[in-house]
Amino acid sequence: MNTLQDEIQEIKDGMDFDAEKYLTFSIGNDKYGMDIKFIEDIIGVQKITSVPNQPDHLKGVINLRGIIIPVIDIRVRLNKELRAYDDRTCIIVVNMEDASVGIVVDTVLEVVSIEDKNIANPPSYDQEGDNQYMKGIGKFKDDVIIIVDCYALISES
Amino acid sequence: MSTHDPMMEMYLFETNQLLNRLEQLCMDAERKQDISEEIPEIFRIMHTIKGNSMMMLLEDIGKVAHRIEDLFDKLDDISLSSAAIETIIDYNFEAIDFFKREMNKLELGGKADGSSFDLVQKIEAFLESISNGEKPMVPPVSSDQKYFIPPSDNQTSFIASEQATPDAYFARLFFDDDAQMENVRAFTIVHNLKDKAEDIVYFPEDIVENEGSIDKIKEDGFFILFKTSESQEEIHQYFSNLAYINNQEVNLIEDQDYDSILQDLKPKEEVVQAEPVASPPKVEEVSTVGASKQNFISVDVQRVDQLMDLVGELVVAESMVVNNPDLLGLKLNNFDKASRQLRLVINELQDIIMSVRMVPLSMTFQKMSRIVRDMKKKVNKPVELELVGEETEVDKNVIEKIGDPLMHIIRNAMDHGIEDPASRLEAGKDEVGKITLSASHVGGDVVISIKDDGKGLDKERIYDKAFEKGLITKPMDACSDQEIYQMIMNAGFSTKVEVTEFSGRGVGMDVVAKNIESLGGAIQINSEKGVGSEITILIPLTLAIVDGMMIRVADTIFTLPIMSVKESFIVSQDEVISNSDGQEMVMIRGTCYPVIRLDKHYDIKGSHLDHEGIFVMIEHDDEQVLLFADELVGEQQVVVKSLSKYIKKVKGISGFALLGDGQISMILDPSGFMMA
Repeated sequence: MNTLQDEIQEIKDGMDFDAEKYLTFSIGNDKYGMDIKFIEDIIGVQKITSVPNQPDHLKGVINLRGIIIPVIDIRVRLNKELRAYDDRTCIIVVNMEDASVGIVVDTVLEVVSIEDKNIANPPSYDQEGDNQYMKGIGKFKDDVIIIVDCYALISES
Repeated sequence: MSTHDPMMEMYLFETNQLLNRLEQLCMDAERKQDISEEIPEIFRIMHTIKGNSMMMLLEDIGKVAHRIEDLFDKLDDISLSSAAIETIIDYNFEAIDFFKREMNKLELGGKADGSSFDLVQKIEAFLESISNGEKPMVPPVSSDQKYFIPPSDNQTSFIASEQATPDAYFARLFFDDDAQMENVRAFTIVHNLKDKAEDIVYFPEDIVENEGSIDKIKEDGFFILFKTSESQEEIHQYFSNLAYINNQEVNLIEDQDYDSILQDLKPKEEVVQAEPVASPPKVEEVSTVGASKQNFISVDVQRVDQLMDLVGELVVAESMVVNNPDLLGLKLNNFDKASRQLRLVINELQDIIMSVRMVPLSMTFQKMSRIVRDMKKKVNKPVELELVGEETEVDKNVIEKIGDPLMHIIRNAMDHGIEDPASRLEAGKDEVGKITLSASHVGGDVVISIKDDGKGLDKERIYDKAFEKGLITKPMDACSDQEIYQMIMNAGFSTKVEVTEFSGRGVGMDVVAKNIESLGGAIQINSEKGVGSEITILIPLTLAIVDGMMIRVADTIFTLPIMSVKESFIVSQDEVISNSDGQEMVMIRGTCYPVIRLDKHYDIKGSHLDHEGIFVMIEHDDEQVLLFADELVGEQQVVVKSLSKYIKKVKGISGFALLGDGQISMILDPSGFMMA
């Protein structure tokens, strides 16, 4: 995991915006991608303290080196069946507007670069469903990667 | 602020402090109707402001300070009528306002371009009238002063004399002992001199580049040789007006001597030292400014915040070490001793860092008396402001945010609350209205209250207006007084028909409510018609570190501020009674207390609260509630971490805290559990 994190840091340091880099992760059999410029850290799953009266997707809070950050479960967001956390489960910490949020994913895979021309707009037939978290559909080698919209994922409802 | 050079920043900091002190002195003098005690200090402050401003090339500010200094110089030996004292104090306030306005401009990175002409003239006229022994007359006050006129040439005090041929002068200047930065000051003098003199030669020559020149200047003085068409007197006058000049010699020199002195100056310092000193420099007592040396340094608040955070982390780290599970069951006498020592040191460190952030309210209160002073003249109501507990200390954040709310409340009290003298007499009250501003510490809160003996709030009118605006839908009988009074906190709420300079737009109380809320505080309004009203503001003392009591519910740990815990006890479930609404209660010592089962309240699963557990009585505002939890875990100091903006606010939870073992606990806010 460390190597992946180092790689992300390196890319962020010398970021070149021509070909966007994405961190891919899996949920079930699907591959998802997330723009790495928001990613702050990747950590293994740890004890999540639940907070009362929160929306379903907000699993609780964790202690990230002295900072308490909220954690959301992407499976709830994407209307997937819940799955018990195991030692492959990861929390991707994203930082948006100066606040960090952890996102629980099944496991992280790798960093890939996908050119904009290889990203198609998401189908627009369903605005109500999980599409609102989808930014586009990218092609990388033989894979299809669903690119998620970080803002939509972490902001309320 | 970062754009300022350090000198300017220092100047602003110092001047602002002096201005605050000055304002306070003037208020004191006004209250006593006697200025004699304050004269020396006001004089000193003005002297310092003058000196500093002149050095910063802020001529207008310097000039005003200079005139007032002159004025006070004269006052020493004149006995004053009370009318004269009032005029003097008024001038002082005018000057303070002028200074503050200019400081503000400078702080914002602008130029101090306000003209002091009007003010200087007024003071001069007044000065003349009292020094001639005449009955002091109040010079005409130009009703609207224009502060942005650039000073025109004829105002500058140096009028070029008609002498055609410039004379050569040789001047030797000594600075005050505590002047500091003599080289910079010397350079400023030379720079200014260029306007009216030519062929300037000075020694030491390397004043700017070489810091060592400071010592030379201190020892031998600063030599300037120049040619000017102004008279010796004017030059003399000019030098004595400069800041921090302690002693000066100005000599007119003949043409033939000019070259020889120039020769003397140019070579090394031996020559200069050889020159006979006509009169040894004598130290003037008056000019030792700031007799009480300040032992203050100014520190960026951000750094204090950082330090605070670090100490917070340290507290957590300490308990991580001391309560480390690896140590469990071990008998470690020496370790325990050492860790106790560590605890003591950390506690002390924590206390000190907290106290660094604490500032007394006196400055803020002082501002309020100024507002009352200014306003009472305009609204024509005699009002007396009583300050109680000014020394109460609060966190710096609180000071910053409390000023505006207090101002609005006091303005309201003066404008709406206090009646005019005639109606007051009619109502059998003292003609002079009274506003009491008090502060004190109560438990973990700072309580600030503003009480007036005016006519009180008009409940009916507030209700009618609120009803009209749709803010209240209940009938009036069903509303508590508090509920109705709270209406005045709404934006744009005003029962006033007429908008005055001070109030009536209904924005003030809205600001009050917002600011207090951002401090985590609460406002209570009490009022009795015809007797007066009292607005009480409760603000938590500090928000950073809390002495907490941990209670466990299933595997969730809650932290209760120890301040709000009254007691804890175990009673059997049979003693829990419930009323018709299903609200459970326990009777203790003849009083019934409502019970909140935390597991049900927050929907936490896995607790065995049905059978056993512990009741914790918490108190807020004289109201008690029993919380029911699985067990008490212990007592610890915790660092409060605020809720992330992505987490929905939950009633009763004010933040998170990290426990010694890295676990997260939720901090309960007692006020969120009260039934009201």
